[in-house]
Amino acid sequence: MTDPILTARMEANRTDSNTIDRYLETGGYEVLKNALASMTPEQIAEEVKASNMRGRGGAGFPMGVKWGFLADSDPKYLVINGDESEPGTFKDRQLLERDPHQLIEGIVLASYALGVNRAFIYIRGEYPKPARRVQRAIDEAYEKGFLGDDILRSGFSLEVSVHLGGGAYICGEETALLNSLEGRRGEPRLKPPFPAVEGLYARPTIVNNVESISNVPWIVANGGTSYAAIGPERSAGTRMFSLSGHVNKPGNYEIVMGMTWRDLIYDVAGGIRDDRALKTWIPGGASAPWLVPEHLDAPLTIDDATTLGTMLGSGAVVVMDETTDVVKAAHSIVRFFAHESCGQCTPCREGTKWLQDILERILRGEGREKDIDLLLDVSDNISPGLTWPPAMTTICPLGPSATAPILSITRYFLDEVKAYIPVSEVAGV
Amino acid sequence: MSSPIATWSAEGQERAQQLLALYPDKRSAVMPLLYVASLEHGHVTNEGMQQVAELIGVTATQVRSVATFYTMYKHEPVGRYLVSVCTSISCHLLGGDEVLDAACGAAGVEVGGTSEDDLVTVERVECIGACGGAPAVQVNYELIEGVTDIKAIDLIDWLRNTTPEVVLADELQQLFGGQKSFDWGVPEPDGAIAPVPAFGPYGSAEEGR
Repeated sequence: MTDPILTARMEANRTDSNTIDRYLETGGYEVLKNALASMTPEQIAEEVKASNMRGRGGAGFPMGVKWGFLADSDPKYLVINGDESEPGTFKDRQLLERDPHQLIEGIVLASYALGVNRAFIYIRGEYPKPARRVQRAIDEAYEKGFLGDDILRSGFSLEVSVHLGGGAYICGEETALLNSLEGRRGEPRLKPPFPAVEGLYARPTIVNNVESISNVPWIVANGGTSYAAIGPERSAGTRMFSLSGHVNKPGNYEIVMGMTWRDLIYDVAGGIRDDRALKTWIPGGASAPWLVPEHLDAPLTIDDATTLGTMLGSGAVVVMDETTDVVKAAHSIVRFFAHESCGQCTPCREGTKWLQDILERILRGEGREKDIDLLLDVSDNISPGLTWPPAMTTICPLGPSATAPILSITRYFLDEVKAYIPVSEVAGV
Repeated sequence: MSSPIATWSAEGQERAQQLLALYPDKRSAVMPLLYVASLEHGHVTNEGMQQVAELIGVTATQVRSVATFYTMYKHEPVGRYLVSVCTSISCHLLGGDEVLDAACGAAGVEVGGTSEDDLVTVERVECIGACGGAPAVQVNYELIEGVTDIKAIDLIDWLRNTTPEVVLADELQQLFGGQKSFDWGVPEPDGAIAPVPAFGPYGSAEEGR
């Protein structure tokens, strides 16, 4: 069993893992001191690339490769995505509240590697406590000389500040986040240009997730190949999974990928509450198509999830037991996406609202049998072919995400959807 | 630059200047300034948006386009305590809808409404990142996890009877909470003094009680 990377300190130091004193006593900022004294920026970037770590925000793109795209033109920026809003996900909140210095050390190392002198931490507006914890840690880091001008007399300088969001899921999409940080509506941008070429203030910008950057101190300290050696080849490293729903032990668990879903749900998360039967689960946040008990022995890796027509996404696993009304559950998710659609693209703006309205009609007992085909037809208009990964008619994946619960309940629980349709409607009388 | 925010408190004006200096481009300050405006005016008013616009050097319409995009900017007055009940999937599965109904009943309001004494507004919100401690509720954006419908009623009554100056998450959690997403670790000294996220630069965090 591999030791935890991200949560070891907070587990061992329950009451003060967020303070700089504890961070320093447990070896914190030593990696930074060594790196600034003896490593070139290129060497750090090489270690991160060698780690094969795939971004922990949801898309799973290798972080080192993303860094390699950054255009070499000053000024350039690093933006940390702490807009964690995918339903089921609460891992970054724990990392922000309980070990903010780990993130800050990662930010300084990443900025040094990227040649960045200004970084922003974008934290969702509903996270004022995590934002306060991070701001205190930033203030402490400035006092100790780990941030600011000429850090540890290395000649390298970095300014970091926290930006609080205003309540909009879409700002987790990196170009929407950049628009928001610029003081605009959080509407995703057309890509290309990608942020690495034209990002914040139209300057080269890297946007990385909180968990991704929190791994950087360990990777630089232990070497990228050590990180790559942990777990399955294309799902390297440890990873935070947020378990919620009808499990006995909900919470965040830092695990090595490659175990089975059965291990995760029944062992790590303690099984289903009241010994009920498992009905279905969402494997990677509300955007992910659901899995059912026949998939319990599939390995938990990024690529195996793709093979099953779904994704690990943000690492949010939402478990539903046999008592769950899956139509109501799907409605909760569709309502979420309808609420959070930014409104730019017609298929998403109109389609998500139609999906919500039709589901509400069905739940009221006023559905027609053809409403099931209508749900799939609207879904197909948002994401043609209903394939995986989803085809897009929209600038960002929010619209296609809203079709995931529709596909899931019609694929696995069609009888339960039909049970809501009045008999007279089914018989056509 | 002397007139625009003359109606703001000295503290608010000082915060505005700090925020403008924080970013490479002043426009980036629009979101934090809208929180300052919310504090100064009680909610996002036309006057507040106008003043933010003048501070940044954009039109009031540009500020409005931002202020209407994000759910945390309130364009109508809200109660002294904004009670936000999550009913997204994990909270839905564990009774978030019942918590919302109970909170509305205790406050005597429909979803989104404000109690007659102007103390409590109850709103439905989408996922607030507390899924392991579902169902979750926030009061002025300070979190309570593992709330039941019964506890939600107690919470509303307590807010109206006690009218705390500072909303402290640890206190609320102890009184009205249950299952948490994770160990919260050290107690948090700061809390919220208004229905605006309590984050230092925006001015609503206070040390202790």
